[in-house]
Amino acid sequence: MTVSFKGLVSFGILGILLNLGCVKKEGGSSGSSANVPSGNEIWVGEYGSMTGSESTFGVSTHKGISMAIDEINKTGGINGKKISLKSYDDQGQAAEAVTIVTKLITQDKVSLILGEVASSRSIAAGTVAQQYKIPMLSPSSTNPKVTQVGDQIFRVCFIDPFQGAVMARFAINNLKLKKAAVFRDIKADYSMGLANFFVEEYKKMGGEVVADVSYSGGDMDFKSQLTSIKSKNPDVLFVPGYYTEVGLVARQARELGLKAVLLGGDGWDSEKLTEIGGDAILGGYFSNHYSHEDQSPVVQNFVAQFKARYGEVPSGLAAQGYDAAMVAADAMKRAKEMTPRGFRDAIAETKNFQGVTGMITINEQRNAVKPAVVLKVVGPQKFSYVTTINP
Amino acid sequence: MKRFQTLVLIAVVALLWGLNYLFEENLNPYVLRVIINCGIGMILAMSLNLVNGCAGQFSLGHAGFMGVGAYISATITSVLNLSPFFQTDLGVGCAIVMGGIVASIAGYLVGLPSLRLKGDYLAIVTLGFGEIIRICFLNIEAVGGARGLSGIPPKSNFFWVYLWVVVTFIALLRLLRSSYGRAILSVRENEIAAESMGIDISHYKVVAFVVSSFFAGIAGGLFAHFQSFIDPNSFVFNKSVEAVIMVVIGGMGSLSGAILGGVIVTLLPEVLRVFEQYRMVIFPLILIVLMLVRPMGLFGHKEIWELFRRKASS
Amino acid sequence: MLQAFLQNVINGLAQGSVYALVALGYTMVYGVLQFINFAHSDIFMLGAFGGFYLAKWLSPSVSNPLLLLVSVILGSMAFCVAVGLTVERIAYRPLRSAPRLNVLITAIGVSLFLENLGQVVFGADPQVFPSLIPTKSLLEGEGLVLNNIQVTVVIVSVLLMLLLHWIVRHTKLGIAMRAVSFDIEVANLMGIPTDTIIIFTFTIGSSLAGAAAILYGLSYPKIEPLLGVMIGLKAFVAAVFGGIGNIMGAAVGGIVLGLAEAFTVYYVSSTFRDAIAFGILILILLFKPAGLFGTFKREKV
Repeated sequence: MTVSFKGLVSFGILGILLNLGCVKKEGGSSGSSANVPSGNEIWVGEYGSMTGSESTFGVSTHKGISMAIDEINKTGGINGKKISLKSYDDQGQAAEAVTIVTKLITQDKVSLILGEVASSRSIAAGTVAQQYKIPMLSPSSTNPKVTQVGDQIFRVCFIDPFQGAVMARFAINNLKLKKAAVFRDIKADYSMGLANFFVEEYKKMGGEVVADVSYSGGDMDFKSQLTSIKSKNPDVLFVPGYYTEVGLVARQARELGLKAVLLGGDGWDSEKLTEIGGDAILGGYFSNHYSHEDQSPVVQNFVAQFKARYGEVPSGLAAQGYDAAMVAADAMKRAKEMTPRGFRDAIAETKNFQGVTGMITINEQRNAVKPAVVLKVVGPQKFSYVTTINP
Repeated sequence: MKRFQTLVLIAVVALLWGLNYLFEENLNPYVLRVIINCGIGMILAMSLNLVNGCAGQFSLGHAGFMGVGAYISATITSVLNLSPFFQTDLGVGCAIVMGGIVASIAGYLVGLPSLRLKGDYLAIVTLGFGEIIRICFLNIEAVGGARGLSGIPPKSNFFWVYLWVVVTFIALLRLLRSSYGRAILSVRENEIAAESMGIDISHYKVVAFVVSSFFAGIAGGLFAHFQSFIDPNSFVFNKSVEAVIMVVIGGMGSLSGAILGGVIVTLLPEVLRVFEQYRMVIFPLILIVLMLVRPMGLFGHKEIWELFRRKASS
Repeated sequence: MLQAFLQNVINGLAQGSVYALVALGYTMVYGVLQFINFAHSDIFMLGAFGGFYLAKWLSPSVSNPLLLLVSVILGSMAFCVAVGLTVERIAYRPLRSAPRLNVLITAIGVSLFLENLGQVVFGADPQVFPSLIPTKSLLEGEGLVLNNIQVTVVIVSVLLMLLLHWIVRHTKLGIAMRAVSFDIEVANLMGIPTDTIIIFTFTIGSSLAGAAAILYGLSYPKIEPLLGVMIGLKAFVAAVFGGIGNIMGAAVGGIVLGLAEAFTVYYVSSTFRDAIAFGILILILLFKPAGLFGTFKREKV
């Protein structure tokens, strides 16, 4: 079956003409009418990277969320109704995230969505949630653009501009150190964002950034970059990455004789940090949402229960997952109507919610306003509280 | 004969348009998404099939060309703010074609030095190029770097994607049935014999590579305008492996096999969602078993209509 | 200036030795079977985990650090050999006469399978490799840093490579291996038990990977299931650079790659670190495809 060239062209033109003529319908109707919880169950969707190179973050978050939902259901659910969680794995791929969120909304008919950790995937999937008008609550995405997708998207963590500035301010005001080197993870936009805002604030406050070098998430050897950083003699080394790399960075920095104070962000928060970093990471400071030392019953309860259930100390991501689910549940309890729209409005009105990761208030930009704490690494899995920095 | 074919084509286009309307109104959006994803997979599989199946070369970097097509077309429609033309269906289509062209240039640049190499080397070099392309995009802040590129006009609906599927299919079929195609196939069969017959195998290998990269770029552009968001993570090595699995399952050298492979590989994660955790363990296992038990895939070298013809004559 | 240079040399050598050991596995299998064993890097990863669990199990009972280290290395080597031979038997041997493309695809399949199985079995969170021997800084003058781990890595690698060299050049087994890599059919006809030789090749290659894994775990204590991916790719580049099929080439290639990475990252840019290996690959394939020490076999018609 051979096809003539003319045929090809003519059918191509025809196709174009036909499609220009038809009015494209904006896909999907408003989700508020569908996806209304019925009967005794409220369906909540979760998407995260349970497999793939970032699975450790997705799994941690999932643990926090599951624990929260079970707790809520045990204590009476939402005004008597149970929350049923439907979780899907996005394999760390934005494309997959979009597909599964579409599935959650259109097939599983969830009324609310929790996710994701990575801002890139939150942005991608957020457009779907926005389109169908289903509220989405991200536990840990910190890029400002995430909530800018639309009025359905919220987050319970602070955003990069704030956190980046926090450590800059800490370095200058508290540590009085004016020469900094930045070592960022080019593969993680979380790290890039934090680094950018740190640099901006640090310079504004009169500090000097003597080196700005990068590594790739997953790298094992940082010696060459660290050698280059060492030659510039910084007082402070800002490593706004994930604990999976920071431990090694610290080790190798010390092995090379780099004596700068290590600073970082909430990506450091994990019991693995001190395991991997050993002695090298001691004396480092990082900004976080809360302190494990916080004696408040909310935190202590959470840590104890998590340990009992999973046999490990919760990482920052797990705590944020927990809080995201709790904030969602709290909103659902307060909602004026039991519909996605009602939930959305209730989330937007969240004020002074006592979460594990701090006092959460959702502001107009749908971001969480909460103070950051600065912690110092003092021993194996021991982080001690240093100070609080308010927004 | 020609008039008949033109009528068939018009009918196909009308059918696609009708289905598009039908689907958008009535079909569950998630199912529609999966169907469109299948379409993009089909184009990717068909493009890789030309290199892996027909020319017998082994490219492991196809995700890179897809990425080039995606990023270039997305840059034209979203980043460069050139003119409102590029927000329309036709404009996006043009951007996608341009993405494909740039991808084919990339294919030329990659193919020219590499195609002198034998199978395994070529595989690694193409893998390397795929990674280099991805790392480049990771480092270009203008297209978002690790954060990705969002806000791409979502114009790839069922109609456009499947229109491209038909175009790709017909174009590749025409290519393979022509003397060019026969030359390409001869490269796969026996390089030395082909060379002795006067066929410039390097030239044909490069041709196969360039055409293949063009369509991979098209798939990428359609993908970008479907997701409305792309990031370097979407084009990692695993995606190239997915494309290889598509071609292998369908049968290397068979266009219809590639189509089927594209569908199967896209559907499998959805169907196997129950085993979500073990999905990436099962996939490679399928590949290994396939290679051990039925390496020719479902259709082998043949097209689906040839299978029936065979049966009829026996 | 000089210190930075020397520091980079030290860093590069240490990292390069690990690449070299892994590269040897690739090059040997390629020499004998003419295909790239993609799964080799994942055998390396399994060796690291095997060593991790073994160390955990043995630590309480074995107090001498040197003894502990040696037993963990041997244990890991044994484990890798077991895995390597299983893979060879199940996935590669049936395809001995199949087109090379098929074997390559199977190898990719095995590699992905092992990686993802690792993720399921070992969990997503990285594990911390125990310090089997305490780190001691050996040299700390003028900003130059060298520690005992780096020295250990280089010394053990060199020893293993010398051992391999001796086996290949001065034993019957070695001659048989070289014969098989030269022309497998003729070797078979000459009475060499090719299956056995292939088993030996995999054994040696995998055990080297196992040893490399422990040395790696000592230097970079974080291990996770996707550990092998980049290392494998770079080790392969090293093997090609030196001339695939050529053992000395792989060793040299590994060292050169380690040094090149260290220098390029320091003097040029850190962002394209991974691209350097591929850049070297492309350059060598463009200008001297047979690699530094390799020779291209002319195919006779």
